[in-house]
Amino acid sequence: MSSTVAAVPALGPALPEIVLALGALALVLIGAIRGDRSTGLVNAITVALIAAAGVMVAMQGGGKVSTFNGAFVVDGFARFMKLAMLIGAAVALVMAGDYMRKEKVHQFEFPILVLLSTLGMMLMISANDLIAVYLGLELSSLSLYVIAAIRRDDVRSTEAGLKYFVLGALSSGMLLYGASLIYGFTGSVSFAGIAKALQGEAGTGAIFGLVFILAGLAFKISAVPFHMWTPDVYEGAPTPVTAFFAAAPKVAAIALLVRVVMTAFPGITGQWQQIVVFIAIASMGLGAFAAIGQRNIKRLLAYSSIGHVGFALVGLAAGTAGGVQGVATYMAIYLVMTLGSFAVLLSMERDGEYVETIDDLAGLGRTDPVMAFVFAMLLFSLAGIPPLAGFFAKWYVFAAAVEAKLYALAVIGVLTSVVGTYYYLRLVKIMYFDEPKAAFEPAGGVVRAVVLASGAFVFLFWLWPAPLVNAAGAAAKSLF
Amino acid sequence: MNAAAAFFYLFAGVTVASAFMVVASRNPVHSVLFLILAFVNAAGLFLLMGAEFLAMILVVVYVGAVAVLFLFVVMMLDVDFAQLRQGFLNYLPLGALLAIVFFIELALVLTTRFVDPKAFKAAAPAAPKPDMLVTNTEALGRVLYTDYVFFFQVSGLVLLVAMIGAIVLTLRHKAGVKRQDIAEQVARTKATAMEVKKVPSRQGV
Repeated sequence: MSSTVAAVPALGPALPEIVLALGALALVLIGAIRGDRSTGLVNAITVALIAAAGVMVAMQGGGKVSTFNGAFVVDGFARFMKLAMLIGAAVALVMAGDYMRKEKVHQFEFPILVLLSTLGMMLMISANDLIAVYLGLELSSLSLYVIAAIRRDDVRSTEAGLKYFVLGALSSGMLLYGASLIYGFTGSVSFAGIAKALQGEAGTGAIFGLVFILAGLAFKISAVPFHMWTPDVYEGAPTPVTAFFAAAPKVAAIALLVRVVMTAFPGITGQWQQIVVFIAIASMGLGAFAAIGQRNIKRLLAYSSIGHVGFALVGLAAGTAGGVQGVATYMAIYLVMTLGSFAVLLSMERDGEYVETIDDLAGLGRTDPVMAFVFAMLLFSLAGIPPLAGFFAKWYVFAAAVEAKLYALAVIGVLTSVVGTYYYLRLVKIMYFDEPKAAFEPAGGVVRAVVLASGAFVFLFWLWPAPLVNAAGAAAKSLF
Repeated sequence: MNAAAAFFYLFAGVTVASAFMVVASRNPVHSVLFLILAFVNAAGLFLLMGAEFLAMILVVVYVGAVAVLFLFVVMMLDVDFAQLRQGFLNYLPLGALLAIVFFIELALVLTTRFVDPKAFKAAAPAAPKPDMLVTNTEALGRVLYTDYVFFFQVSGLVLLVAMIGAIVLTLRHKAGVKRQDIAEQVARTKATAMEVKKVPSRQGV
């Protein structure tokens, strides 16, 4: 009988993930021993762990390394997206501290669940086979369902959690069904194996599977027609949780989508391109028109995020290295703009209560000129007005689409962008020209710092765009 | 008829009979008990096929966990099954239709197998030759903790999240509930726990 000892897989490439996983286990112990008094400590350690993982990701070498029999890959693209996602997660968590204390949410499990979700997203970004995709997605999504409902005595929060859970389970089912079809028709779960089996032409079965996988992933990035959960979940979940939802999971899911279509289905680009073009147009259109009637800023930002996912997908639809570079740049800039907007939302506190309708912004230009100016800049940037960062984000994806001869897509993108400008400008108008309401209470130092930093980023991006754009370009090249 | 065939008919017969009783019995608790009987016999069938791992999993997971959960639910929820059954006949046509479709599918598979064995072989991938020296459990263990260790560990984390989530969302510490405090129990001494009273005769305390 053979008793060969299997070689231990190389753990080096997955070191940041291992640190996060072990950290999460240790934090569960700390929390269980010290109880809810430890929330502040657990929160601080979680932020430190995410920062440490970010440093480790940044320090990882330049090449492409895979481990665990090719199920886990680290390349330039993974590093770029992981860094962006980790920054989003850390900032959202730092901003959550104040809010959670004031709203009396002091379960120590909240930062731990954020940490586990972050770990799941890192696995998603590095996933290189269908099993890893599913496990990473499930790890991150399950944690997200729970933190959406973390205020369990609040009806809207529990409703958000439940809605997210039910629809998320449905989308996971679709993804799994697609994955099983792909496995059945190609005989492989690894992306390289699938790509090899699908060279040239693909049978109906494989395309069926591709459609189901894309549908499952479109749900996670809340692209139309799988966006229905987004406004309700964004509105119902506590604001810092919404900030986290809008930032980190979007980046991770877009990265996963890009990697799946680029490395597993490069042979049938024509097939997935149609789907991506359709969901891009539908998302941009719905994001532009549905946001017009919204009174609640969180719902408005939800529709705005649907639209922005549509714009990012324009770059993916191009299917070129330039397009992927555009997507990476777009997601990085979107992340900063979103975190800034939610930081503004988190500083809207009046009489000890957080307010979130757009009428509460009235007259902010006079009561808090700095905040109003920065928020106006963020909104102009979200609308894509030059010379702010949001304009460059759109520029890169539209340029890629034009280069790939997707003229109609680019034109529709620009038109919906113009429609979208209306509701961003309306917010600016309310801030500067409406009768002022009572001033907000002074925001916490961290939240204000995030507002100012994101404002500075979008305002000064045009001076020095090269580092981000070049990093995104290098990241995109590693996929081809 | 050799012993294996005899056992097959025994297990298969009991499985079918108890499956029928799951649907037919009036008392829901009996239904669940018949379900357990069906599971155990199905495990026996797996054993006859040499799939000892599946047989054990069936007993451990389905009998040990799922069926016991069913029993708890049936006993605690007090569902009025008689009432649930009232509309049973209305659904009979739909149920019959589903049964017929399922039967036709099974018949198609079986007839293909007997009528045209070649087509059946072409469609199914060649099964790996069973290595008689290695049991199923060992074969699974060999890959589960080596080739698939990554997936195994991540699955563990997913389960951890499920556990944390269930606790966060449902556990409530109520005030005024009596709980066992072992430290306090152990710390009791004779002095704190007992009081000796002198009771005078014929007067009581």
